[in-house]
Amino acid sequence: MTAPATEAVQARGIEKSYGEWPVLWNLDLSVPWGQTLVLFGANGAGKTTLLRILATHVRPDEGSIAVAGHNLRTRPDEVRRRIGVVGHRSLLYDDMTCRENLVYYARLFGLKDHKPRVDEVLEKVGLSNRADHRVRTLSNGMQKRAAIARAILHQPDVLLLDEPEGGLDLESVSILGTLLAEWTDAGRSVIMTTHDLDLGLSWGHQAGVLRGGKVHLQDNNDSSGITGSNIRQAVAEALKGC
Amino acid sequence: MKGLLRPVLVIVWKDILLELRSRDLVVSVLVFGLLVVVVFNFALNNAPGRAEQLAPGILWSAFAFSAILAMNRAFVRDQEQGGLEGLLISPVSRDAIFLGKALTSLIFMLLIEAALLPVYAVMLDFSALTFTLVLTIFLGTLGFAVVGTLFSAMAVQTRSREIMLPVLFFPVVLPVIIAAVEASTRAVGGETFVGLGRWLPLIGVFDALFLVICPWVFAYVMEE
Amino acid sequence: MASTQSIQNPGGLGSFPSIKTALAVITGVMMLVDLYLIFMVAPTDSVLGHVQRVFYFHVPVAIMSFLAFFVVFLGSLMYLIKRTPKWDAIAHASAEVGVVFVTLALITGIIWARPVWNTWWTWEPRLTTTLILWLIYVAYLMVRSYAPNQSKGAVYAAVMGIVGFVDVPIVYYSVVWWRSIHPSPVVGPFAQADALDGTMALVLLYSFITFLFFFAYMVMERIELRNTEEALGRMRFTLRRSGR
Repeated sequence: MTAPATEAVQARGIEKSYGEWPVLWNLDLSVPWGQTLVLFGANGAGKTTLLRILATHVRPDEGSIAVAGHNLRTRPDEVRRRIGVVGHRSLLYDDMTCRENLVYYARLFGLKDHKPRVDEVLEKVGLSNRADHRVRTLSNGMQKRAAIARAILHQPDVLLLDEPEGGLDLESVSILGTLLAEWTDAGRSVIMTTHDLDLGLSWGHQAGVLRGGKVHLQDNNDSSGITGSNIRQAVAEALKGC
Repeated sequence: MKGLLRPVLVIVWKDILLELRSRDLVVSVLVFGLLVVVVFNFALNNAPGRAEQLAPGILWSAFAFSAILAMNRAFVRDQEQGGLEGLLISPVSRDAIFLGKALTSLIFMLLIEAALLPVYAVMLDFSALTFTLVLTIFLGTLGFAVVGTLFSAMAVQTRSREIMLPVLFFPVVLPVIIAAVEASTRAVGGETFVGLGRWLPLIGVFDALFLVICPWVFAYVMEE
Repeated sequence: MASTQSIQNPGGLGSFPSIKTALAVITGVMMLVDLYLIFMVAPTDSVLGHVQRVFYFHVPVAIMSFLAFFVVFLGSLMYLIKRTPKWDAIAHASAEVGVVFVTLALITGIIWARPVWNTWWTWEPRLTTTLILWLIYVAYLMVRSYAPNQSKGAVYAAVMGIVGFVDVPIVYYSVVWWRSIHPSPVVGPFAQADALDGTMALVLLYSFITFLFFFAYMVMERIELRNTEEALGRMRFTLRRSGR
């Protein structure tokens, strides 16, 4: 039974260091249902590490993480079922077609009756006509879209996007924007990192800056959301300090 | 048990599909396996009458070196675009990932050996199609696949991985090689199952032991 | 502050300079006495002559390397279960000392084999197993240093420390059985050398205890060295954290 979790993602006291290199320390993070959290941060601030920890790929040294109320340490598979990841690499096999890759992941996630679902996500990212092409033959942007299709295939509660705009053309960016809007409207959550201030602020409900091993959330008390100029200024200011 | 089998088969299906597309593993290892036998034939001066003595040793040297070559590639395709990462963030147990990769390697190696064996039998002049020899080959290859998958997963992440795998693999599988050569010598000599003595049970113990240990430590190897 | 404490005590093993110094002194004195006993007190072997004295090094060093690899096994097992660096430090130190000891055992074995068996090398079970042992633990050290980072190196090494140790008895029995059907071409007067007189046995026993102390001292020294390295790393770590 799914516990009635108030937050989609809840992280407490996360610490991670690589040998002598501290990356994250005393990091707290919570993302409500139906919201997009956009993370900004300088290169090497630990954005990718944080996403890889939330994606269950990297084990934090300390701290606890819960996704939809499921604790990562005790129920890792429940957490993995509820998370979709788009990182720098597509996680697809070059010598298989888009459809084969998606069927493979659908089977790994144990999806029942996956054929229509595969067609549906291919349609969503605009790859229906390329479904039976090998991933190797696709352009970078199309590979990224295929990766997005892979991430949303199992309808996760939380989507993790690491600089998703990289390599995407304008059309693909707008496809992704629409998809994310639908996603949060349906009550699901998104955490994404980006270097594009305008894009991030137009897609996010909350903005945070990763600095000094922690997430510093920027206030968004006024009703205008985070598109207000005060947030923009605050983020720019926080990034300058790095 | 059923929850374990399904993802294992999904992984095997994926690897076989990729192999069918590229064919770069099985075919190249096959050619290599033939070369090894030709080289050994001259290196050991395999004259008529000595073949039955030398054949098992040549056979297992060729199989062991082919295994190294095949295992070196076992995780390469999973590294290219992050396929292994994709597996690790899926709700699939680490045991299933290990068993899937080990089963794939076992299938590939058995295929290669099945193709090489008749050729070896003709070249080295021994009778290949005996139950005892086939059983020995199966058990020995299982040992190679289990230990090789574990070390391949480690080696693929280290510097100079092509060298790291044999350095880790050979000392550990030495008992399998010794026992397999001894069992094969008897099998080629026409002994029955009982005649193989304790060599088959020795391989069996090795296989069983490492089928328990390897999946367990594999989970730690996969951890970031 | 907790951070100052952790600088002094990074591996969680504590510092033991006084024990270590005491061990160093005891080991040194025992070594000198051991040398005296081996060369002045122990009787010359009637068949083999002075070469037999290498025996007092060879046997203790070989047995100590087995002990060392058992410690590696335990340390590796505990490291994977508990994930505390001190277990890795113990396993790592023990493996390095073990490889040195097993190398010495092989070299002294070869020196011994030449006059006794009339050959430098024979594929005798104990010799063969020792060689495989050497290969396994050299691989242990290699995979540690070739790993992409330190923590992965520790895990990979622990895996080899477990797999390798479990493998040793299988290696031993396979070689013994293999040997029994391929008899050694050289049968030396080993049986005679085996018969030790009372003084010889006592010197051997003393030698044994000496090398046990030597082993303990070396492992401690190695762990201390690693602790110092880690303390330095820990200082850089804290500086980096506060620097941002």
